[in-house]
Amino acid sequence: MSQVAQAGQKWWSGGKSPYNLEYGKLMMWFFLMSDAFTFGAFLISYGSIRFASNSWPDPNHVFRSFPVIGEMHIPLAFVSLMTFILIMSSVTMVLAVAAGHNNDKQGVIKWMFWTILGGLAFLSCQAWEWTHLHAERAWWGRNPFMNIDGTQSSTNFTNFFFTITGFHGFHVFSGVVINIIMLIMTMKGTFEKRGHYLMIEKAGLYWHFVDLVWVFVFTCFYLL
Amino acid sequence: MSEVHIDAAGHAEPSFSTKAIWKTFWILLIITLVELVLAIVYYETHFLPKHFLNGLFVIGTLAKAFFIIAEFMHLRHELKNFILSLVFPSLLFIWFLIAFLWDGNSYRDLRNKYDSYHLEQSKTPAAKKPGVE
Repeated sequence: MSQVAQAGQKWWSGGKSPYNLEYGKLMMWFFLMSDAFTFGAFLISYGSIRFASNSWPDPNHVFRSFPVIGEMHIPLAFVSLMTFILIMSSVTMVLAVAAGHNNDKQGVIKWMFWTILGGLAFLSCQAWEWTHLHAERAWWGRNPFMNIDGTQSSTNFTNFFFTITGFHGFHVFSGVVINIIMLIMTMKGTFEKRGHYLMIEKAGLYWHFVDLVWVFVFTCFYLL
Repeated sequence: MSEVHIDAAGHAEPSFSTKAIWKTFWILLIITLVELVLAIVYYETHFLPKHFLNGLFVIGTLAKAFFIIAEFMHLRHELKNFILSLVFPSLLFIWFLIAFLWDGNSYRDLRNKYDSYHLEQSKTPAAKKPGVE
């Protein structure tokens, strides 16, 4: 790596960029850092409320339904599908970034298209899940589910679930909008004229972050 | 990683390898599948203590986070200066987690100790609500 060869240089004495990173990418990273603390605050407050409760609903019971095939009772199957869709769309996003590195316009268009499709599929799944839970009378301020030990549960569970997955879903939605704009700009040849596809990389960072947050939401709400 | 790509902005960056991307994908998929199988087996048979499983789930999650950040977000291939600028502020999460979970736990203990009505209520099985399984 070229970086190793340069080790030992005085990075912070001026005259060169100590990060060797393009400005927009650097700012995207710092934005994601602040967003990570926002999500961290949400999830940690969820954790501290859960630690403060004597009992809590069982996720395997709450999230047991799967659409279309007669709402079968398979615990966690549907959310696994959502997780798979999001990981898959993260892969297609990296492939778009890789194509951008090679200035391969058709490749970028193809992979951005699949990424957008994955994002839309995830949002549709989440819309179904919310609708289904709402039909079971779960919503902000009301919780039809018992605690795992059969005692009365508070509304903390539903309040946190809808707030945090909603906030994450909103991030996915903005990611899809950003990706659509990137796709249009690619098709119009904006990046080709510019000579580089750095914008795709910035959109990619945001999209992977959304996937990263989902990994934590998935663990906190469905597994623990 | 030996291949270095100079982009238009004049920055040298190692190019992306498609092979590494798919390898990361398989790692993420396998960790997720293992977690799911353990969760479902626990639900059906109560195999393995839940606290042990929770530990495994947290480790799996952190491993997945590492691979997403390192490979998909490409952080592993950036300069060490930059990696450290992100890692050091992230260390705050360690304090954040310990302090708040500890506080939640302490609140529960104190409430159970001094509010016996609450303790009794939280041990009484609730009547099944109509229309809900």
